[in-house]
Amino acid sequence: MNQSLVPAGNRHVQEASAATQDYVTMYIEDQLFGIPVLTVQDVLGAQKITRIPLAPPEVAGSLNLRGRIVTSIDVRKRLRLKERAGAAASMSVVVELGGELYSLMVDSVGEVLSLPAAAFERNPPTLDPLWREFSAGIYRLQGTLLVVLDVTRLLDFTRTEAA
Amino acid sequence: MDDLLSEFLTETSESLSVLDIELVKLEQNPNDPGILQNIFRLVHTIKGTCGFLGLPRLETVAHAAENVLGKFRDRELEVTPEAVTRILQSIDCIKLILSHLEQHEVEPEGDDAELKSALNDLADGKTPATTQAASAEEPAFPVAAELLAEVEAALAVGKRAATEADLAAEMALERARQGDDEDEPAETSRTPVPVANALPAAAGGTTAVSGSPPAAEPKESALAAQTIRVNVELLENLMTLVSELVLTRNQLLQMVRGKDDSEFATPLQRLSHITTDLQEGVMKTRMQPIGNAWAKLPRIVRDLSVEMNKKIDLQMVGAETELDRQVLELIKDPLTHMVRNSADHGLEGPEERRRAGKPETGKVVLNAYHEGGHIIIEITDDGRGLPVGKIKAKAIANGLATEAELDQLTDQQIYQFIFKAGFSTAEKITSISGRGVGMDVVRSNIEKIGGTIELKSSPGKGSTFIIKIPLTLAIVSALIVECANERFAVPQISVLELVRTTASSEHAIEMINNAPVLRLRDRLLPLVGLRQLLHLGGENDERDETFIVVTQVGTYTFGMIVDRVFDTEEIVVKPVAPILRHITMFSGNTILGDGSVIMILDPNGIASLATAGDTASAAASQSTETAAVRDVHADEKNSMLVFRAGSDDLKAVPLALVARLEEVDLASIEHSHGSPVVQYRGHLMPLVFIDSSYGLKAEGRQPVLVFADRHRTMGLVVDEIVDIVEDRLKVELAVNQPGLIGTAVIAGKATDILDAGYYLSQAYGDWFGSMDETSFGDAEAQRRVLLVDDSPFFRNLLSPVLAVAGYDVTAVDSADKALALRDAGSRFDLIISDIEMPGLSGFEFAEAVRADTRWQATPLVALSSHATDHDLARGREVGFNDYVAKFDRDALLQTLAQTLAASGGAA
Repeated sequence: MNQSLVPAGNRHVQEASAATQDYVTMYIEDQLFGIPVLTVQDVLGAQKITRIPLAPPEVAGSLNLRGRIVTSIDVRKRLRLKERAGAAASMSVVVELGGELYSLMVDSVGEVLSLPAAAFERNPPTLDPLWREFSAGIYRLQGTLLVVLDVTRLLDFTRTEAA
Repeated sequence: MDDLLSEFLTETSESLSVLDIELVKLEQNPNDPGILQNIFRLVHTIKGTCGFLGLPRLETVAHAAENVLGKFRDRELEVTPEAVTRILQSIDCIKLILSHLEQHEVEPEGDDAELKSALNDLADGKTPATTQAASAEEPAFPVAAELLAEVEAALAVGKRAATEADLAAEMALERARQGDDEDEPAETSRTPVPVANALPAAAGGTTAVSGSPPAAEPKESALAAQTIRVNVELLENLMTLVSELVLTRNQLLQMVRGKDDSEFATPLQRLSHITTDLQEGVMKTRMQPIGNAWAKLPRIVRDLSVEMNKKIDLQMVGAETELDRQVLELIKDPLTHMVRNSADHGLEGPEERRRAGKPETGKVVLNAYHEGGHIIIEITDDGRGLPVGKIKAKAIANGLATEAELDQLTDQQIYQFIFKAGFSTAEKITSISGRGVGMDVVRSNIEKIGGTIELKSSPGKGSTFIIKIPLTLAIVSALIVECANERFAVPQISVLELVRTTASSEHAIEMINNAPVLRLRDRLLPLVGLRQLLHLGGENDERDETFIVVTQVGTYTFGMIVDRVFDTEEIVVKPVAPILRHITMFSGNTILGDGSVIMILDPNGIASLATAGDTASAAASQSTETAAVRDVHADEKNSMLVFRAGSDDLKAVPLALVARLEEVDLASIEHSHGSPVVQYRGHLMPLVFIDSSYGLKAEGRQPVLVFADRHRTMGLVVDEIVDIVEDRLKVELAVNQPGLIGTAVIAGKATDILDAGYYLSQAYGDWFGSMDETSFGDAEAQRRVLLVDDSPFFRNLLSPVLAVAGYDVTAVDSADKALALRDAGSRFDLIISDIEMPGLSGFEFAEAVRADTRWQATPLVALSSHATDHDLARGREVGFNDYVAKFDRDALLQTLAQTLAASGGAA
């Protein structure tokens, strides 16, 4: 592995080169996920969430973010991962799609990484079809792999759910 | 200045600036019907409006231009640069007249004869006169027009020099700027170039001809200065900020509440007042009484009545009903159109009215009111009603439908044709209406804002148009209720009253077969439990007290059972996220004063869900489309066998399930394994009773309903067979009691509908249990079939049929539930789905199934009562493997077997 992890603080060094992209990283279980930094609006701690009856199971509920209603998506459920053991406070990453705000509930949110394009790979064909659907690709990092979440697909419930 | 006139001027100059741009676009894409339609509508609106304001010169010019545009639209005339130039000239002429109007409030002298004759020549297909120069009173910019024509000609022959194209664009912008006080960013697709340097030349040209336009600009801006245009988004942001401010204020108030002598009390009080005022003010910026949109109607109707020689009484009810400004703007034109239509086409002349025995004065009634989160606007006239014959003839002439198709439609369905583009039944084209540009515009405008339009008409009595517009941005008063520790808002408008019930009070919830009802002032009120309806789960213990929110939807009244009732609050309705739009129970969501998000219940959705499968709810359903779908079910008559068994109550089963009616000699009954059986046609037939505690008489003969499937038969012992009735099966009260589907009114009497499947499975469970093993091997090999049908009747009809044929049947009442099963990990060998279902239709369901990997390979069979070739094709397209008519049981079983065999039978 020859690529380097660049902490957010050093980003200005990297910005000149178009070969890197910045990602907000987050963990679910032990898996590292990334979302392009520019799509992220906010990072939230545990919030009071109003559950929505009859909603798809992946919809955790809605919350109030400075007067705007944000629909909260349980990414864990969306990725068909098992329920989290213990009710530890989880964090959310707020993204905007089609003028609506969505918060993606994850276990924890990490730092912002600048990742070189050289470390990017397409989804391996052996990946679970569901994950292949939601993953835009994989970054090889030192000691771990980062799955880039395709937010648009992650929030497109019409493909798998009732329209 | 006359309000009407100033409004007209503002509106028209806006339209004109759009027109300039659109016309240039049209020239570049002469075949784009969208642009053409838009231009045509704009000119039509200008013409229509000035006709009523008494501006003959303006009207005639616009009329002539519209004629040419109409020919473009009907493809009778080619869109040539010359023709477009003519139209542009007429628009310039309109602009000149407008600027004169603004200064003097009268039209300038002159008749524009040359321009009109040029336009008419064009319309008649004659080569336009070669003169580009306009007559003295023609306000066109001769230089500019020539230049433009040159550029256009160059473009037409393909000389696409960048500079020329730029020039053309610049010209268009110049023109747009000239005639208008402000520019419309949304409409301008090009980047606005600084016009200041380009303007003098053009303005100079104009001055030379008309003499007055330079004065036009300052004048127009003076008019514009009275109001300013603010982007809706800005208001929206303000609203959000104010909501935040209110929340913060509430938090502060909460903190101070405990301390009487706090030094913050007084300033906080002031902050509170100011916040409230600010909130109201910001809300008001968006809300306007609908009366504003009606202001010009009386005048229009008056002029019309003079022109048409009719006596018209325009009544306006509910003018103070407030609605969102943006919505108001969008419905203004449609409303004007419709009132005009009602007065022009709907109402008869006094002579005709007298002959029909009606008062000479015709009535047009406008009525606006809030209903369940919507604003309803009704336009009613007491005129002649819509001419079905004429609409039919026109539909055939326009190729919209064939005669055979029309014969199958109801009058109501035929009326819907008037909403198609280019449809007008007026025999002659008048300047008032009749170009087929009315109702389709109305509909498209209303649908643009998520509204619906309905039409009712009865010959000789008049027509009613009902416009329903959602209140997505409006502020409503809502009652906050709690159920299972979740709070919900119920729009106050649909709440009739609140009833508190305790077990001991006179208002106690009573049960009819598990269906809760409440005696309320000598009437029985059907109840729905919010907890069950929303699948809230949680504790279901007997509470000391519960509350009933008595809710009205249309003419249907029902009660919602909730745990607690809080206050009413003014809430700002916000639409729910797109991924939740399919849940019909909610009309939106909102943020309460304490900062929490709550869902707003939609009484319409609840009413239709609470009565799902109940065709009677068609009456409660407001939308024509749902009503039409439901009518399909409602019209399906079922033959029902009515009998008595066990008690004096009438019971019924679908006749389709009964193979034969027999009488059994009680003496011939034998027992096997303790169960009664009779020998019947060489086989043993198990006998079952409605009520197991019900003993057999010792002797005599007793009627038996024989249910048969293949070589197996089962006899249901009854007391008396009453009748065979063909009726619509409307299950009024659904029950959870095994063996009963529910209670329906059959031939005017309350009758329990028997769940034949229950008794069949009872007989086969007990009796054929051992045969199951031999005939199907182990249970694992049994084919699992998922049946999706919204009608409980068909679910109960088909489930036993499939069950006895050896399938393991899971029946659900909606596609959503089926998909939920999929998400829960269920697997099936085959899915049978109805097509017409509320919520997701069968087609959409199939698409959803095929789009996901889990059930992708599962064969799908569509089930419908109306299988046309078109449906078949569509079904196959979305992924159905086969299509079966609902009533054909044998075909269904055969299809299932074939489909399963074809799919390889993989479990």
